[in-house]
Amino acid sequence: MKKLFTVLSLLAATLFSSSWVSAAADLDVNTPAIAAIKNSMQARHNQLSPHYNSGAVGLTADGLVAVRDATAVPLKDRGGINSLVAAENGDRTALYKEIAVGNGHPEWAGEIRSTFAGRWVDKAQSGWYYQNAGGWVKK
Amino acid sequence: MKKIGIIGVFVLLIPACVTINIYFPAAAAEKAADKIIDEVWQLKPGEEPPARPAESKPADAPAN
Repeated sequence: MKKLFTVLSLLAATLFSSSWVSAAADLDVNTPAIAAIKNSMQARHNQLSPHYNSGAVGLTADGLVAVRDATAVPLKDRGGINSLVAAENGDRTALYKEIAVGNGHPEWAGEIRSTFAGRWVDKAQSGWYYQNAGGWVKK
Repeated sequence: MKKIGIIGVFVLLIPACVTINIYFPAAAAEKAADKIIDEVWQLKPGEEPPARPAESKPADAPAN
């Protein structure tokens, strides 16, 4: 009986200490997969930022980007805008998934996406468009 | 009787640990998001962006 109690106490202590560690820790965002996605998005940002400035592309409520007003895109760029937006959204979706998987909780991807959605908008420059429940809003 | 009490305590404790473990760390996620966004958009950490991107960047690719 006493022995059983000791074993169970040790088990409980282990469970408690491990849960404390994981609750206090930051999310790890330094995996190679995340770094690769980040670099790709950083490189694409130079192409996207004029479209954010003109209002052609806006930030969606689900943490992605979308073409808001194709007529704001210069004619020469109009053909490429959809693939640019698709590539960005592919990277963003992969980023949310990789952060969740890299931290051992694939089921967190949705919550990570909504966290990002809010932070992209908060950090957006004034004049950029973002989407809320009522539609597009100019920041 | 004592044994039942001990078992009861563990029945309560173990799910509590699991609950802490799978709880989504919202604050840590925000911190991670800020760090990544600062890098992707090349903002200075912790700062709100300038009203216009004009000064530090070369004009946005008029050469094409």
